[in-house]
Amino acid sequence: MRYLAEYRDPAIAKALIDRITTRATRRWTLMEVCGGQTHTIVRQGIDEFLDSAVEMIHGPGCPVCVTPLEQIDKALAIAAQPNVIFTSFGDMLRVPGSDCDLQQVRARGGDVKVVYSPLDALALARKHPEREVVFFAVGFETTAPANAMAVWRARELGVRNFSVLVSHVTVPPAITAILEAPDNRVQGFLAAGHVCAVMGYTEYEPIAARYRVPIIVTGFEPVDILEGIAMAVAQLEEGRHEVENQYVRSVRRLGTEPARALVAQVFELTDRPWRGIGTIPMSGLRLRDEFSAYDAERKFGVEGLRVTEPADCRAGDVLTGRIKPPQCTAFGTRCTPEHPLGAPMVSSEGACSAYFNLAKYRRGEGAEVGA
Amino acid sequence: MTHQPANPAHLSCPAPLEATDRVQLGHGSGGRLSAQLVARQFLPAFGNPALEALGDASIVTVPAGELAVSTDSFVVHPLEFPGGNIGSLAVHGTINDVAMMGARPICLTAGFVLEEGLSFAVLDRVIAEMARAAREAGVPIVAGDTKVVERGKADGLYINTTGLGAVDTQFQPAPARAQVGDVVLVSAPIARHGMAIMAAREGLQFESAITSDTACLTPLVDALRPLGMDVHVLRDPTRGGVASTLNEIAVASGFGVEIDEPAIPVPGDVRAACEMLGLDPLYVANEGVLVAFVAAARADEALRALRAHPLGAEAVALGRVVAAHPRLVALRTALGSTRIVDLLPGDQLPRIC
Repeated sequence: MRYLAEYRDPAIAKALIDRITTRATRRWTLMEVCGGQTHTIVRQGIDEFLDSAVEMIHGPGCPVCVTPLEQIDKALAIAAQPNVIFTSFGDMLRVPGSDCDLQQVRARGGDVKVVYSPLDALALARKHPEREVVFFAVGFETTAPANAMAVWRARELGVRNFSVLVSHVTVPPAITAILEAPDNRVQGFLAAGHVCAVMGYTEYEPIAARYRVPIIVTGFEPVDILEGIAMAVAQLEEGRHEVENQYVRSVRRLGTEPARALVAQVFELTDRPWRGIGTIPMSGLRLRDEFSAYDAERKFGVEGLRVTEPADCRAGDVLTGRIKPPQCTAFGTRCTPEHPLGAPMVSSEGACSAYFNLAKYRRGEGAEVGA
Repeated sequence: MTHQPANPAHLSCPAPLEATDRVQLGHGSGGRLSAQLVARQFLPAFGNPALEALGDASIVTVPAGELAVSTDSFVVHPLEFPGGNIGSLAVHGTINDVAMMGARPICLTAGFVLEEGLSFAVLDRVIAEMARAAREAGVPIVAGDTKVVERGKADGLYINTTGLGAVDTQFQPAPARAQVGDVVLVSAPIARHGMAIMAAREGLQFESAITSDTACLTPLVDALRPLGMDVHVLRDPTRGGVASTLNEIAVASGFGVEIDEPAIPVPGDVRAACEMLGLDPLYVANEGVLVAFVAAARADEALRALRAHPLGAEAVALGRVVAAHPRLVALRTALGSTRIVDLLPGDQLPRIC
């Protein structure tokens, strides 16, 4: 596949690894922001090759991992209602809420469906006018335009039985929050290429200048990520702190303006709690008042729901790089991939789950399964 | 008020019509409709002397020695998909399970649970595919049963098949027989069935329709049979895909399995669909692929034997059995790093990003 195979070429990747390890005069600490980048790093073992030159901290850019517990509980409450078809991207189904997850709601009789696009959920609403169809609108700026489009289309078509449970978050406030933390160790960032494909990267320029950190807009294939790391290391070695664009084949400085305009028309900024991290001011998106008829929280009266997270789970410390997963007392004991306390243990690419498997591998233990 | 003469066209008779285009509860009553269903739909398609005797049980002749028995229930949705339907799947699935034991399939039984309202057009296509698959495999369907449940109590149609096979004492692959040094072979590109089903179920449009690989694997098993006891393990990686099958073999044998990522054969369209949905083809179901663990000294011979048959034309060596990391499957990436290929806690779910 063109634009793909060359970004997976082992020879190019190895040359970049050599370039990074040769260039680094000390060990630098970088954070990749996006869950998709973590996915590639963990699956390809990129951090193992770079261990002498770079410590990679897996950032809070997995939308599954940072969706707050109270939004999950709201989803569970809505999905359990009898006349509701609750639609979601697949990987939200296994994220634990306070007492169950969406898969368990489905097993108890809730109508929970996996969709691949919010517009599929809207189509479902038009097909079943007698039912209430709710879409769980999670994710970063990447998924926001499609979700905005679904709401905008619903209003245009006069579809009244469609609503969205919004849990959108945005990247720049999260980077700022990490840099503001007194114990921050992150010296440079790989920004999420797909987020920037929508939003551009002008928002990152004041952050790079103010906190004196390199921010590299980076793609998702192994060669993209290694090139992004090489650019960050070069800046750190030279004492520069700029926003640079590695992902030039997809990202322009101003992003995709029609998508940005649509997002701005449907959503507005709001304070948003991040799972395990806490509330980050103006880090989320909510529906503007003129679209409140499509707000599932209002429609189903779950706005007031407040919950506390299990004290056992230190997902926030993992997501901000303060601790490695094995330093959490619940890791591997009360919290396992089969019974996750927090979202980083849910997804196979989540930091906790990745460490759990690695630990098993190093101990030489096989999975306990019936053949 | 004037009296209107009755219009004969408006009169209707409440007596049930026998001719219908849909399955009714009466087709499971044991009465005339049931007999019609068997006589019109099933017997002409599956016809063989054992079945046509219509006794309470069929009499079959089996070779002397041990029998292998396997049963499987098929609940696939949608019932029809590019490359096959639930009928061919129900035949191939059970024959393949018997064949993976090294046994020679002798006969099948088939039990049907039909949902009231199922269209006969669909049922006829399912039966035709099933008959074709059984005929091509040379394995007769010797006994059957049909039940009808109320609308809403089943997803159109469920099929259970049971297969009998004659055990070959000279050829007895089993997961526990994997040995350190064995070469792991895979007979064809993977993940086609699961992605064909997902694309059909979700209405996903790709440039070309991904077709299921559903196939009877006995020709490939027979191709490996001359290698005798040097074929240590045969498995068809259906649900859970190649990754889950390799994990089961690692646990059963107590050894580690190591596979090479660049060697994993995935068709281009299947890989593109998997990437789009964030799915790992190693965990996607196959219905026409076998995994063979063969003694290293005879691995090349086994590969040649597989490649000599169209179903195995793209067979490759995927990895090896190792003493390190017992009971675990490890994958060597293109870059040369190693990661674990674990069992998934449940179904693979499409990712957001």
